[in-house]
Amino acid sequence: MWDYTPIVKDHFLNPRNVGDIPDADAVGEVGSLACGDALKLYLKLDDNKDKIVDAKFQTFGCASAIASSSALTEMVKGKNLDEALAISNQDIADFLGGLPEEKMHCSVMGQEALEVAIAKYRGEPIPEHDSEHDHGHAYPDYEGEIVCKCFGITDTFLKKVIETNRLTTAEQVTHFTKAGGACGGCIPKIQELIAQVLGSDELQPRKRPEKLSNMKKMQLIQEVLERDIRPLLWADGGDLELIDIDGPNVQVAFRKACAGCASSGNTARMVEAKLRDLVAEDIVVEEVSQ
Amino acid sequence: MKEIYLDNNATTKVDEAVFEEMRPYFCELYGNPSSMHFFGGQVQGKVTEARARVAALLGASPEEIIFTACGTESDNAAIRSALEVFPDRRHVITSRVEHPAVLTQCRNLTQKGYRVTEIGVDGAGRLDMDEYKAAVDSDTAIVSLMWANNETGVIFPVEEAAAIAKSKGALFHSDAVQAIGKIPIDMANSCIDMLSLSGHKLHAPKGIGVLYLRRGTPFRPFLVGGHQEKSRRAGTENAAAIIALGKACQLADQYMEAENTTVKAQRDRLQDALMAAIPNARINGGGAERLPNTTSIAFEFVEGEAILLLLSELGVCASSGSACTSGSLEPSHVLRAMGVPFTCAHGSIRFSLSRYTTDAEIDTVIREMPPIIARLRQMSPFGREHL
Repeated sequence: MWDYTPIVKDHFLNPRNVGDIPDADAVGEVGSLACGDALKLYLKLDDNKDKIVDAKFQTFGCASAIASSSALTEMVKGKNLDEALAISNQDIADFLGGLPEEKMHCSVMGQEALEVAIAKYRGEPIPEHDSEHDHGHAYPDYEGEIVCKCFGITDTFLKKVIETNRLTTAEQVTHFTKAGGACGGCIPKIQELIAQVLGSDELQPRKRPEKLSNMKKMQLIQEVLERDIRPLLWADGGDLELIDIDGPNVQVAFRKACAGCASSGNTARMVEAKLRDLVAEDIVVEEVSQ
Repeated sequence: MKEIYLDNNATTKVDEAVFEEMRPYFCELYGNPSSMHFFGGQVQGKVTEARARVAALLGASPEEIIFTACGTESDNAAIRSALEVFPDRRHVITSRVEHPAVLTQCRNLTQKGYRVTEIGVDGAGRLDMDEYKAAVDSDTAIVSLMWANNETGVIFPVEEAAAIAKSKGALFHSDAVQAIGKIPIDMANSCIDMLSLSGHKLHAPKGIGVLYLRRGTPFRPFLVGGHQEKSRRAGTENAAAIIALGKACQLADQYMEAENTTVKAQRDRLQDALMAAIPNARINGGGAERLPNTTSIAFEFVEGEAILLLLSELGVCASSGSACTSGSLEPSHVLRAMGVPFTCAHGSIRFSLSRYTTDAEIDTVIREMPPIIARLRQMSPFGREHL
């Protein structure tokens, strides 16, 4: 059974703003019956056509899809259109107290419906699509080359989600977008897209937390090693293993091509710099042979 | 909250009598049945009795019963063994609707150079016998076809299929995990070579399974080591669970008639009432011969996980063929193989009853289910013209 937060359960069991708005100013529709979830979002604007005064939804999907839709409608009410557009899928997940990673695509669906609704209202071009029979076109309003044929998901859309959510593995991309979750044929292409996005300079640098408990610090060190450092070493046929963390001292052992490599001292400094950058300023990385 | 447990194809309650039978074999009679002293010997005696009880339910001889850890182990052992005893045969046949315990193993075999044929099913879940007959050839090492489907309860004609496999010299295995205890099985009048059984599907505990191996069938063990189970499955016997399974099989035999009368009547009443009360629904496999305890109903325009969680709020436990419940993203491979339309594949709910199911529980589900479907359909952007 999924471990849903009490807020997710509440928004699933008592969804806010279910229904339609017959004279809505903006309507955004994403997903399809074939895909297994779909959301139709209705927005009503004030007389100045700027502020969202009402929002309603109709959703076909699981508990987290319904809860994400309900949360979204609560979040956008009272916001003007630009403020609403600034809502990210992570904001929706945060509002709900978090979602299981496998269910993050539900929050992405909410964010997309909002974006589509506002784009349509503003008269930005929207391609035609036939959502009833096509197994796919989950996000039909994204241009670009179709990467995932099963769910009809384009490279433009995937890159956006990878970048916004800082995804580093194909599995994460599947959890956030469903791409690659059916036949799996596009997983190599997804990995290429991850490499392209992570290799680009457009990424905003992550910020080092101001204060960390010992437990959080150890978790963050492990996370940075897994997400940021080991993939780099793998690219050169190397690897490292975390041996111990004692206060600011982080002991690592180099493996595979890195083990006994003449420049492993440089690699250790690189690891240290990255950890200082993303975890804590006082970190010292020590290489041990074990 | 008192549960209304209608998910017996997932697992079952351990029968109180079964638990009492196994209870002494943890803290008191904990000897190793292989030991040479009286203390192990008395456990050995109970294991022997259990083996006879399991054999009796299957119409088999006691030496044809190999105790394993689970149905999955039995399935893996059967298929691997067949490939080892027939190294020159490089073809395996199974069906598109098998349990992952068989299907995953078969699909992995394609990467080892084996030819694997997955036989399709029709819209009611019935095996395509023409496709099957055409697929069996002298290169086929093993055919593995389930006796009854876990999601729909649809029963395959395994005896007929086994006879065809034998005519080409192939071994025949059936995953009978869902069938045993629900419909009569008589291996004495069968040409099936190997059969898998799982204890926790028939009111024994989890962690015990059986591989039935017909006398004279060539076999290579999956687990090697000690001489347990006549060297066909090494590892110290899970004596308490084996003793429990023996009792469970004895009880299954006694309750077989009730399973096919009382339980079947409850199942029929449940599905008939839901079909009458809820429009745009269909029974998956409704046109085929099915297990007496199982019904899978597809509700259009709603999603299974949402249905299950609303049922769960009322204490009702069922399961779904929906993508969202498993963390996978596509509806069940069984429903897709049957060609169940996408409009309802995501909204399929399986109810699986047992001899513990009461009429009052069925009444509750009949009362609660229609408003749940109506509530979710009110919320759905699809099918609004049917509201």
